[in-house]
Amino acid sequence: MKVIVVGNGMVSYKFCEKLRKRLGPEECGITVYGEEQRPAYDRVHLSEYFSGKSADDLLMAPASWYTEQGIRLVTGALVTGIDRVNKKIVTHKGTTDAYDILVLATGSAAFVPPIPGVDKQGVFVYRTIEDLELMTDYAKKAKKGAVIGGGLLGLEAAKAMLDLGITDTRVIEFAPRLMPRQIDDAGSRMLQSKLEELGLRIHTSTSTAEIFGEPAMKGLRFTDGTELEADMLVISAGIRPRDELAVAAGLEVGPRGGIVVDERLQTTDTSIYAIGECALYKGMIYGLVAPGYEMAEVVVSGLTEGLGTKVFQGFDMSTKLKLIGVDVASFGDPFAEGAGCRTVVFEHSAKGVYKRINISSDGKYLLGGILVGDAESYNILLQTCKNKIVLPPDPEDVILGSRGGQGDGGAGVSGLPDEALICSCEGISKGEICQAVSAGCETVDSIKQCTKAGTGCGGCLPMVKDLMVHTMKAQGKYVRNVLCEHFGYSRQELFDLVKLQGLKTYDEVLDQLGTGDGCEVCKPAVSSILASLWNEMILQKNNDTSQDSNDRFLANIQKGGTYSVVPRIPGGEITPEKLIVIGQVAKKYNLYTKITGGQRIDLFGAHLNDLPAIWEELIAAGFESGHAYGKALRTVKSCVGSTWCRFGLMDSVSFAIRVEERYRGLRAPHKIKSAVSGCIRECAEAQSKDFGIIATEKGWNLYVCGNGGSKPQHALLLATDLDSETCIRYIDRFLMFYISTADPLTRTATWLNKMEGGIDYLRNVVVNDSLGMAEQWELDMQRLVDNYACEWKAAVTDPEIRKRFTHFVNAPQEKDPSVKFEPMREQKKVADWK
Amino acid sequence: MTSNDSITWFLACRMEDVPANGGVCVKYRDEQIALFHFARRGEWYASQNLCPHRQQMALSRGMIGSEGSEPKVACPFHKKTFSLVDGHCMNGEECAIKVYPVKVEDGSVFIGVSTCEEEVYG
Repeated sequence: MKVIVVGNGMVSYKFCEKLRKRLGPEECGITVYGEEQRPAYDRVHLSEYFSGKSADDLLMAPASWYTEQGIRLVTGALVTGIDRVNKKIVTHKGTTDAYDILVLATGSAAFVPPIPGVDKQGVFVYRTIEDLELMTDYAKKAKKGAVIGGGLLGLEAAKAMLDLGITDTRVIEFAPRLMPRQIDDAGSRMLQSKLEELGLRIHTSTSTAEIFGEPAMKGLRFTDGTELEADMLVISAGIRPRDELAVAAGLEVGPRGGIVVDERLQTTDTSIYAIGECALYKGMIYGLVAPGYEMAEVVVSGLTEGLGTKVFQGFDMSTKLKLIGVDVASFGDPFAEGAGCRTVVFEHSAKGVYKRINISSDGKYLLGGILVGDAESYNILLQTCKNKIVLPPDPEDVILGSRGGQGDGGAGVSGLPDEALICSCEGISKGEICQAVSAGCETVDSIKQCTKAGTGCGGCLPMVKDLMVHTMKAQGKYVRNVLCEHFGYSRQELFDLVKLQGLKTYDEVLDQLGTGDGCEVCKPAVSSILASLWNEMILQKNNDTSQDSNDRFLANIQKGGTYSVVPRIPGGEITPEKLIVIGQVAKKYNLYTKITGGQRIDLFGAHLNDLPAIWEELIAAGFESGHAYGKALRTVKSCVGSTWCRFGLMDSVSFAIRVEERYRGLRAPHKIKSAVSGCIRECAEAQSKDFGIIATEKGWNLYVCGNGGSKPQHALLLATDLDSETCIRYIDRFLMFYISTADPLTRTATWLNKMEGGIDYLRNVVVNDSLGMAEQWELDMQRLVDNYACEWKAAVTDPEIRKRFTHFVNAPQEKDPSVKFEPMREQKKVADWK
Repeated sequence: MTSNDSITWFLACRMEDVPANGGVCVKYRDEQIALFHFARRGEWYASQNLCPHRQQMALSRGMIGSEGSEPKVACPFHKKTFSLVDGHCMNGEECAIKVYPVKVEDGSVFIGVSTCEEEVYG
């Protein structure tokens, strides 16, 4: 059999992968024609091109993959005709190629509405890497941007404009709301206000009459006569199926485009199939990647197992995405209304959260819904909806969360039926994942390799992990939470054993409690335990090579292999003299300087060889290590407090300095951040920290277990109106409890989330001393505080340690010659990743 | 691996210049070679210093260890791990690193390079 695929996008790639898996090169020849020069790339993540991903990063597979698979890939070739009688295709160069089966995966092009002026300079579409390259060039001289189209792609394009540095960007939408196919008016209003906070301006119910300016565009004129200045415009008003080849060959197409296919994806010629965005099934174009993959599967199954074994039955178009940092999701029937349906809406405009669920009128089933601003429950809601799982008696709990304060009781994944689709990119069900686990895939990585689940967008990975743990537990396997293959203990067990046996080095711990040579997982974990227990200089006693690479050189490795240096600036308070020293050091060693989020100054681009000399000068001026490289206390941020601020209730800066100096250098399972605010206006953002302190009329309120990062979580109130001494004692207890029990690389928020009983239990332990550990923990902490010494001071004064800060062992004076910098805004930056 | 007679051994450093269970970077002409001392098993390994994942000169600063009995190094940047026996990437990635033979004589460490690079490990 000889198969020709026309088009080389994501769906084409997936088709080749699936077909080759079942039929080898001897049984089935495959030739792919692509009109772009590049092999297939990931269009879903196209916008990441602007946030630093290269065209190569976006490739689905390099050209070499096709060679290895015995697939002939012809790029830069446009197929212009099909000779259906002789079963041949013709390219624009006139070459012909015969097929037994022809698969059209020609995708779609941007739909450009017939507005006068769309051909002017400065008008772009947002579709291919070439489009993005053209935009990038043009954006350098553009100041004001506009995007026509407030749908999914339009908002992506707007994000791209922001990334290109065009901060004044407007979105023009013809419909009265954004994303009209996915969300309702109220959801759109919430999304709009969130996007406007981020600097985008949005005009709904606005249609464009013409684009003016000559030869380059200068702006848009709308049908109501108003004008908008803009020197760059991206049109993203929808897609148009690429069906011109099918039209020329006399295949049936839809009235508004799209190659008509049946449930086997056959066109009106039984030797020709169409898949992906060019195919029109029951009057509908499926403009997402997951249904395209499903179509590829149906055709491959038809070719290998017999036509009709699998059929395409339409596809659930539920989506979840992050638009410019705002979560948006819709699932099932998001707009359901009328007699058979009840709607529950939750709206919190201060937080920018809108949730709507549509429930069958008997309250039993979830019909669909919309989530804006917080889509964490999307996966479970989608499953509940698709699998017709009976809702709890209070259905509003599914969007509001149970308000009993005791967690959700772990309903989660165990309640799903086996056919529940977990990974919609690859079409992998719960049953398939559980089967893989039963067959021995007992890590997320091995499940990914074996089933491909989670290899697309990755959004389902948390569910995959839950399923794995659930399946292993169901088989009676004790899911032992061990560190790695070298230690059969959890971190907590290891912590207690190391303490009990008084072990001081990684080698002793490995000799006494482990096997093998160790690895990059247990080395930093054990080193962290040793530091948390004894607080000895981490590079002594041969412990240097068991440190994580950043700890080993007491600095943060950055792109290009140089390091960044962060001196401690407690509470963010610094004298002019010290500021001058930082400036002098940065100048002398040619370092890029930037203010960090934690009220400190980061100096980038230091050669390994220069680190000791840089620190010698900083130490001489009274600085000490800021531990920015360690899983340790980072900063205690503060607002200006009652000393200057007319609202301040307490001296937040003095208290922040006291707290930072108490816990500086404290190593923990993960980094620890803190802040002190002088009043409830909370300028120090203490509620986003591992522990945060806010002044009240009567003392300090202590919040714990918050964090920023990819999954922000607010800290919870642990105790109120504390005097300074009590506040410190509670923090001592809290930190020692965390340090002695958390898993490696677990922030306090995650630690609390896994704790049975949650914040109530934690409060009982810390405030009411329910475990009777309070005194011990306070003593332990005091010992660590007494043992503190600046490790950089120790490093520069110990010649043996200092010697390690060289790049070449056999040419200690030479710096790494591969380090390359480029100038940028009067400073420098490192050359980009290759 | 090619036979011994096509290998040139060059003096890299003294044994004590390499930290126990860690690595250093050795300059050889215009090349950078990472040298590792597995002190627990008394073995030495060497590889290219360049991590092929993001083209960073960093492997010598990585943590070393083992998976089963296979000695490996983890790049400090994104923790890609590579076998020091044959250089293959142990996280299922396509890329591999070049490895070199090492010998120790009278406390001096020598790394073997082939005059024809491609033959050492391809």
